Amino acid sequence: MRKLLLAVMIGLFVASGALAADGPIKIGFYNCLTGQNAFGGQLELEGAQLAVAEIPEVLGRKIELVVVDNKSDKVEAANAVTRLIERDRVNAIVGTYGSSLAMAGGEVAEVAGIPVMGTSCTNPLVTLNKKYYFRACFIDPFQGAGGATYAVKNLGFKKAALLTDIANDYSVGLSNFFKAAFVRLGGEIVSEMNYQSGDQDFTAQLTEIISKKPDIVFLPAYFAEGAVVLKQARELGATFIFMGGDAMDNPEVVTLGGEAVEGFLHTTFAYDPSMKDMNPVAQKFTDTWKAAHPDKDPNVNAALGYDACMLIVDAIKRAGSAEPDKIRDALEQTKDVPTVTGLTTMNATHDAEKELGIVEIRGGKKQFIGTVKPEV
Amino acid sequence: MSLNMFIQNFINALGLGSLYGLIAIGYTMVYGILRLINFAHGDIFMLGAYFMFFATIRYKLPWAVGVLLAIAGSTICGLLVDRIAYRPLRSAPRISALISAIGVSFFLESLATVLFTGMPRAVLQPEWLMQPMLIRDGGIRLMPLGIMVPVISFILVGALLWVVHKTKPGLAMRSISFDIETTRLMGVSVDKIIALTFALGSALAALAGIMWALRYPRVEPFMGMFPGFKAFIAAVFGGIGSIPGAMIGGLTLGFVEIMSIAFFPTLSGYRDAFAFVLLIVILLVKPTGLMGEKLEEKI
Repeated sequence: MRKLLLAVMIGLFVASGALAADGPIKIGFYNCLTGQNAFGGQLELEGAQLAVAEIPEVLGRKIELVVVDNKSDKVEAANAVTRLIERDRVNAIVGTYGSSLAMAGGEVAEVAGIPVMGTSCTNPLVTLNKKYYFRACFIDPFQGAGGATYAVKNLGFKKAALLTDIANDYSVGLSNFFKAAFVRLGGEIVSEMNYQSGDQDFTAQLTEIISKKPDIVFLPAYFAEGAVVLKQARELGATFIFMGGDAMDNPEVVTLGGEAVEGFLHTTFAYDPSMKDMNPVAQKFTDTWKAAHPDKDPNVNAALGYDACMLIVDAIKRAGSAEPDKIRDALEQTKDVPTVTGLTTMNATHDAEKELGIVEIRGGKKQFIGTVKPEV
Repeated sequence: MSLNMFIQNFINALGLGSLYGLIAIGYTMVYGILRLINFAHGDIFMLGAYFMFFATIRYKLPWAVGVLLAIAGSTICGLLVDRIAYRPLRSAPRISALISAIGVSFFLESLATVLFTGMPRAVLQPEWLMQPMLIRDGGIRLMPLGIMVPVISFILVGALLWVVHKTKPGLAMRSISFDIETTRLMGVSVDKIIALTFALGSALAALAGIMWALRYPRVEPFMGMFPGFKAFIAAVFGGIGSIPGAMIGGLTLGFVEIMSIAFFPTLSGYRDAFAFVLLIVILLVKPTGLMGEKLEEKI
């Protein structure tokens, strides 16, 4: 019954859309603007705002960004998408940081038939069997394998430990993919420890890991938690290297972690303000960002927020229409579109195919070390 | 498990447990006197940590001054919460005060999000507290903070017990917990004594907030939620209404959380499950908690 009602509402929406063809094209934006992932969500919002400021019009119609906070909460994420679709009647949606949140929001968008472009939600399940969910980022099997490849081939490490947030789909997924690749490349997993989102004491897990003497600890945490883990690890005398995923890619990791994050490695998208020879889109993005926010550096979240909006605008242009279904069809055809994070192609599972970068924290700053080709 | 590892885990558990205990005392004191679960307690704890952050990081005040300001600020907030949200409901059904407490908790969290933004912030950790001492050839690392947290917690419990059992206001507190009306007839200014209880509880919450932020160096508007829940459980566990019970409950919870991981590393994801199973077992065997008094007497 609810589905039927929703279908009727969507029908009305499409009809009203056709009548008011000259109104603005609304791009909904749902993300973590408060709560534990607020840092990432906020940067993605600022990136998206830059994109809309840069392209205020497409097909002769104004573009309007409708922003809703999902409070880093799964229930709120579903509510946010419902609100964007039912109340604000958006043509397409961008969001969100956090795979768990994207999965919650994705269910709603799928039923309503509104295309969504994910920003940094990298768990494979986000777009699995979804007709309307796409993403501007690569996925975790690729990223996990890339981290393991770098640890084994470039650093020559043999023994790894895992510290996973078992209440977080992103963290669990990434850990599994790292583990599979690390073992396949001849490494050994010496310890697998878990915690839950919201935990603040990691001393017991770290004491156990330290006793197993790994070369590297894979920590697919969000950066605010990750920074606290790194601090506690150093306080307990840990000397091994930590490696994280793209969720650790945030300038604040240094502010929160201080000296403890020195030498920390993470896989991420092939963009960082510290990288040399940027592609032209990245260069332009960096310059506009610096002009708009002179006091802080952009990061991959900002870049992906920007890219996600640009990919939707690109699809609207190619479709020649802002109808949700036409946008969806055009998004599926995205091929070699130059974006901040490299040439982007949508593959059959709606995931962006692009390069993987490695970043290390040196002297209190993020340093882009280079790209790696994961041995998947 | 090697001896070094066990001792290291013991130190960690003692630190975590005594913090839970310190927060739990705030719940237990208010409950003991008013039969009210003060859900805003975890948020006063959060405010204490934030006051410390603003004093030391924003305004660069000396650390000790920051501690005093944070305690003063939280005490004022605690008194305001009592005056505005609880005192008008003193004669209302108990459930109304409980709902009011939940409301205050949400209000403080949202207010902090609006005022301080939802972003986690780093806090100042003074060098002298963080310099690790190596024991047994570096097998065990102990920071001055690791000693300070339990020692201060135990001193505070002792001081509080003295206040409650040996002073006049303490006598009044105990009297209110038996019968509020009779106490009033005895010429005790009940509202003042209750305000004093909130002031003491809030000051303890602020201290716990400061020490928590030293151990887990990050402040954010929702930082009081999880420790608050855990401490509330610790209070129930130890027997709500009993001050030594709250401390024992907090320590037990801290030890179960840490030691369950230390002894069963493969089950580290079930840390909270261990703690709650223990809670359920204790409550089944002794429904009033470890140190709890019989409820019939009080109602």
